[in-house]
Amino acid sequence: MQARKKYVLLGLCTCCWLLLFYWGGLQERLLSFLTRRQGEVVRPWPDWLDRALLPGYAENAELQDGGGGGEPPRQRRQAWASIYKDSRCRMDTCFDFGRCRARDGFRVYVYPPEKNERVSESYRKILASVAESRYYTSDPREACLFVLGIDTLDRDQLSTQFVQNVDEKIRGYPLWNDGRNHVIFNLYSGTWPNYTEDLGFNVGQAILAKASLNTEHFRPGFDVSIPLFSKDHPQKGGERGWLLRNTVPPRRKYLLMFKGKRYLTGIGSDTRNALHHIHNGKDIVSLTTCKHGKDWEKHKDARCDHDNQEYERFDYQELLHNSTFCLVPRGRRLGSFRFLESLQAACIPVLLSNGWELPFSDVIQWNQAVIEGDERLLLQVPSTVRAVGVDRVLALRQRTQMLWEAYFSSVDKIVLTTLEIIKDRVYAHISRNKFMWNSLPGGLVVLPEYSTHLAHYPFYYLSLGISPGQEFTAVIHATSPLVSQSQPIMKLLQVVSKSKYCSQIIILWNSEKPPPHRSKWPPMPVPLVVTDGRRKTSSRFLPHVSIDTEAVLSLDEDTVLLTSEVNFAFHVWQSFPERIVGYPPRSHFWDPVKKIWGYTSKWTNEFSIVLTGAAFYHRYYHYLFSHYLPPSLRALVDRTSNCEDILMNFLVSSVTHLPPIKVAQRKQYKEMPGPQSTNMAPWATPEHFNQRQDCVNTFASWFGYMPLVHSQLRLDPVLFKDHVSVLRKKYKDLERA
Amino acid sequence: MMCASVKYSSRGPALIPRMKTKHRIYYITLFSVVLLGLIATGMFQFWPHSIESSTEWTLDRRSVHDAPLVKLPVSSPIPERGDLSCRMHTCFDVYRCGYNPKNRIKVYIYPLQRFVDEVGVPISSTGLSREYNDLLSAISDSDFYTDDVTRACLFVPSIDVLNQNSLRIRETAQALAMLPRWDKGMNHLLFNMLPGGPPDYNTALDVPRDRALLAGGGFSTWTYRQGYDVSIPVYSPLSAEVDLPEKQPGPRRFFILSSQTAIHREYRIQLERLKEENGEALLLLDKCSNLSQGVASARKRCYKGQVYDYPQILQESSFCVVLRGARLGQATLSDVLQAGCVPVIMADSYILPFSEVLDWKRASVVIPEEKLPEMYTILKSIPHRQVEEMQRQARWFWDAYFRSMKAIGLTTLQIINDRIYPYAARTYEQWNNPPVVKWSSVNSPLFLPLIPPRSPGFTAVVLTYDRVESLFRVITEISKVPSLAKLLVVWNNQNKSPPEESLWPKVAVPLKVVRTKENKLSNRFFPFDEIETEAVLAIDDDIIMLTSDELQFGYEVWREFPDRLVGYPGRLHLWDHEMGKWKYESEWTNEVSMVLTGAAFYHKYFNHLYTYKMPGDIKNWVDAHMNCEDIAMNFLVANITGKAPIKVTPRKKFKCPECTAIDGLSLDQTHMVERSECINKFASVFGTMPLKVVEHRADPVLYKDDFPEKLKSFPNIGSL
Repeated sequence: MQARKKYVLLGLCTCCWLLLFYWGGLQERLLSFLTRRQGEVVRPWPDWLDRALLPGYAENAELQDGGGGGEPPRQRRQAWASIYKDSRCRMDTCFDFGRCRARDGFRVYVYPPEKNERVSESYRKILASVAESRYYTSDPREACLFVLGIDTLDRDQLSTQFVQNVDEKIRGYPLWNDGRNHVIFNLYSGTWPNYTEDLGFNVGQAILAKASLNTEHFRPGFDVSIPLFSKDHPQKGGERGWLLRNTVPPRRKYLLMFKGKRYLTGIGSDTRNALHHIHNGKDIVSLTTCKHGKDWEKHKDARCDHDNQEYERFDYQELLHNSTFCLVPRGRRLGSFRFLESLQAACIPVLLSNGWELPFSDVIQWNQAVIEGDERLLLQVPSTVRAVGVDRVLALRQRTQMLWEAYFSSVDKIVLTTLEIIKDRVYAHISRNKFMWNSLPGGLVVLPEYSTHLAHYPFYYLSLGISPGQEFTAVIHATSPLVSQSQPIMKLLQVVSKSKYCSQIIILWNSEKPPPHRSKWPPMPVPLVVTDGRRKTSSRFLPHVSIDTEAVLSLDEDTVLLTSEVNFAFHVWQSFPERIVGYPPRSHFWDPVKKIWGYTSKWTNEFSIVLTGAAFYHRYYHYLFSHYLPPSLRALVDRTSNCEDILMNFLVSSVTHLPPIKVAQRKQYKEMPGPQSTNMAPWATPEHFNQRQDCVNTFASWFGYMPLVHSQLRLDPVLFKDHVSVLRKKYKDLERA
Repeated sequence: MMCASVKYSSRGPALIPRMKTKHRIYYITLFSVVLLGLIATGMFQFWPHSIESSTEWTLDRRSVHDAPLVKLPVSSPIPERGDLSCRMHTCFDVYRCGYNPKNRIKVYIYPLQRFVDEVGVPISSTGLSREYNDLLSAISDSDFYTDDVTRACLFVPSIDVLNQNSLRIRETAQALAMLPRWDKGMNHLLFNMLPGGPPDYNTALDVPRDRALLAGGGFSTWTYRQGYDVSIPVYSPLSAEVDLPEKQPGPRRFFILSSQTAIHREYRIQLERLKEENGEALLLLDKCSNLSQGVASARKRCYKGQVYDYPQILQESSFCVVLRGARLGQATLSDVLQAGCVPVIMADSYILPFSEVLDWKRASVVIPEEKLPEMYTILKSIPHRQVEEMQRQARWFWDAYFRSMKAIGLTTLQIINDRIYPYAARTYEQWNNPPVVKWSSVNSPLFLPLIPPRSPGFTAVVLTYDRVESLFRVITEISKVPSLAKLLVVWNNQNKSPPEESLWPKVAVPLKVVRTKENKLSNRFFPFDEIETEAVLAIDDDIIMLTSDELQFGYEVWREFPDRLVGYPGRLHLWDHEMGKWKYESEWTNEVSMVLTGAAFYHKYFNHLYTYKMPGDIKNWVDAHMNCEDIAMNFLVANITGKAPIKVTPRKKFKCPECTAIDGLSLDQTHMVERSECINKFASVFGTMPLKVVEHRADPVLYKDDFPEKLKSFPNIGSL
């Protein structure tokens, strides 16, 4: 009994002891945890007791005194030019700005093609784009930039399009000047197995506009990275993006896809060999094939047969249409066709191409349109793209389309963007900012010579959080001499000047007779300016300096309007400042028999043009009309004294991708190819009408597509023709017959 | 349990008296031993910790001079010079950063050490500077910080290299190489503001640093590794000393001001020539030669004996010249920005601070040094309004990115963070728009100008409770609309089941009934998976007066304005001057700012927004009050797109409470009051009045025109 108790007690003591140890141990862990927590709360970088006594990193004198002594600036700049050459070229050191100071500024010269030398289809397009651009000059003396006549696009020695002895040929150019002010376009450089960036000739101090540029070789602010495009890429116009609607939720059938070659050996094989790892056959489809090249079976590995089989199961086009994200891995070179393909398809590109200087990286904010992956982190790609939220997918996808249509859909756009980027560097203080490049409608239709101020353009009001101005300038196009005070123009002046939004009236005098004396015009509450239009029809859209309001009301002298019609249309314009807001509509259509565009002035249920004989629009379009459109089109307008309104509609719709706005009007114009009569106005003759039809086709061919868009609606005052007391209606005048 | 223990202890004492004394002594000894053991254990367990934790606590209140001293052996290795070809994908170990849901890099700061050479001379003449200390504490206070060296993606040495002049190059390099995780400088970030030294002033830090990233204050295009290094400002200590209140943008006393001292003679001559040509518009200041003792010369500038306060004088000019000195980066830039003066930067090849993300064209004018004589002409050509915007932008850049070492440090880390997690990068607008613009601007989520094809049609979502007869009429009417793709009936009555399938009207399109869990108004805006089209027609179960033409036309109008609400009855908000608040208006007005969602087309995306992104408590408020869901939707859409809704087709007699007034019946006053209340409530939640007022509505092109009705696409419109 005693012994048992003894043992029990002893056992109890041991238990206590063990328990204590255990408890103590736990306490220890708890304690260390607690102190750690405290350590985090306490600032990890100590709050030094003597913080106030710490010395400053530099004396004020040292910071403010730039140390102006030393090398004279001019001398330093001259020294730079000899140090920073070739691979270290920058605009400051390798570009002759003096050449661009000519009266016309930025001019581009294209060398005549070499005799007996074949030029590839793509290079022919590039040269055609330069030659058609508004910067082209045929006189090398006034040129600021030079483009080679030798095809330098394909510098792969194994290629059939490889041009031999470029060095020798270039040396024959008297203006070569070690490549200064020259642009060299290139799509492919290097060859199997390393695909280096060497072009096989000495580019000297020429600017490289090259696809697949590597960030390490890219001379920032000097070279231009361009996208790789196929020989079928259209010269102008170009296909629109594939995004037709913003479906919600925005995810498509497949999350991520890739279908392409797998390189078994050589450069680029690391990335492509790994792609099959993320394939799950369900929402992630990543397919590779070994079947390419002549002797693929020689290098074939264990995966090939299985992969090739799986590869055949999916159709590339089907995947492209139905995938949210598209992998764009590097190929042999850094850029691949996949990039433009997925951009157009609104399939958000997921880049796996380390070190690739993205196309036009100088100006485009790519992280808003693509997912920049890392070749090293391929296996993270699925979770990364899965984590992208609804709003971000919507935004990324729309941005792919915006960029595609603004800069990539045709060779014209790619070449023009390249030229504009270089031009922005040459005239740095009259250039586009990043915002202009990255928001609709894109940098190519924003001409910084007009203004560098965002609020001066019709496109940015909403993103700047401002609204368009409260006044307009009326520009009246007068062609007939002033003979009586009862002429329509007199009435028109009265009507327009009565509008409280009218700030001034400009009469564009385009008559044979000299403009009448000031006193002949009626007295008016707003300033009246008479300018000489030199009897050119296109002069009605000249960017007259006297237009100081954002809104322009363009009028023909014989337009019949009411003040309230003007006021209402102006209100509507304020809601749609980037469009034309006008009264009489016209329409275009496709004539499938003649295979041409048709033009109609018949009353139809839809329209795509509003006549500028009476229309509101932003004054920037005057500038675009006179400086963006080619002289040939303006010459056509002047020669025929016709079609200027159609051209303006083409221009605005090509910028906005939207139809014009038609507002309610009391009277209706008619423009019909009616029966011949002796007293017919010039605009009512059949010739006039046929001319317009021809214009539509000429314009469409210059734009490379049909920019006009149809609309089925008209904007009327809210109570228009409602059965409500007339006294309630603000715009009751509009309803009088 | 309690009982048991009591029982047990009552038995315990009874046990002891019965023991023999010998045994008792034995037990007492045993207990004492146990007790002593316990105490000893306790002491052992707790004692060392209390010592440790106390050191943790005192660590925070230490002097810089307490930092441990580290002696550098002469032969200790020197890192290689920076590799100019380094880029993120070649010299940066991205695996350290890994995938993390917050998309945020982790930054570790090395503890402070004082490095000395073998004879005990420190490697830097200043040691830790106030600015670098501020920078490091800012990082350690930020979300980026981690104290776990194994989890860190980026390492920041505590060796201060802000000013190369105070450094011993070789020894500093050796000290860097001695850092425990140096590993060829991988993922290490150095901050330097004053690089180079006389006579040729290199534009990047001369300290050999292997692959370390450099946040440098005076990079030229030849030393800056684009996409790898970060260009940072040269911090001006005046920022902390002087408080310059923000000045309204606008014209200033002077047009151009040059405040730098010791400008190169060649430039000074050119500036003086400009001054001769343009007179008072220019002010050329220089160091004061005859200041009395004790006046800080850094805070004074002089022109012909006249003394000006610096940097206050900068606020008196529209443009301020920032010329390069021996170095490209100038602290003056920071002072100029602070003053809201537009910097005119003349420093060829200079990489502007944070140029990777900041759009300097909107805040400054960069002129080639060669063109200094043309400066006046160039600046004069800039529109006034743009100058004002630049002034505002300049000040905003200073406020956000220049004002303190903290701002500079955290901006640098954010830029690196954006490179590592590019898919979570901050946008251009986030970086560049000042708060006032961010507040008033809109970035519509449906920004692409698209006119969606007609073909997929629209889905009609009918909200119903129990008016089955009316519902069936609505369904029959809608089913006649050519572009209808699907009908979705939201059955909001939990107490009653929808009628049997056989009783429903026969329609050509799929009809689906969704039963809801609660009778909430917000159910009508739920982004049901059943809605497969972009376009949604929200319609009440009593809207039977709309013709098929009117509905089809509404859909066509929506196609032209897919980012707006396109509806039939329009409403207006007005400012009630007497009451000083918003008022709801349903009278037949000449203006429209809302359309009722009892019959409206809109994009399905707005269902998503309404359900998941509605600000504040609006959604619950609407459900609680069983009213104003349409006003809330109008607010939401107008706020995110900045655009007015589109009212289509003429006046109709709608059966809705507030329309009764026109019908000559009694006016439901309380309803109007409630609706007005909604507007005021929502306006306060949104913090602004997003609704836009317009005077137009959309009609078919030939509406009411003198034209044969049968040739019109939508003849049956506007008939009562």
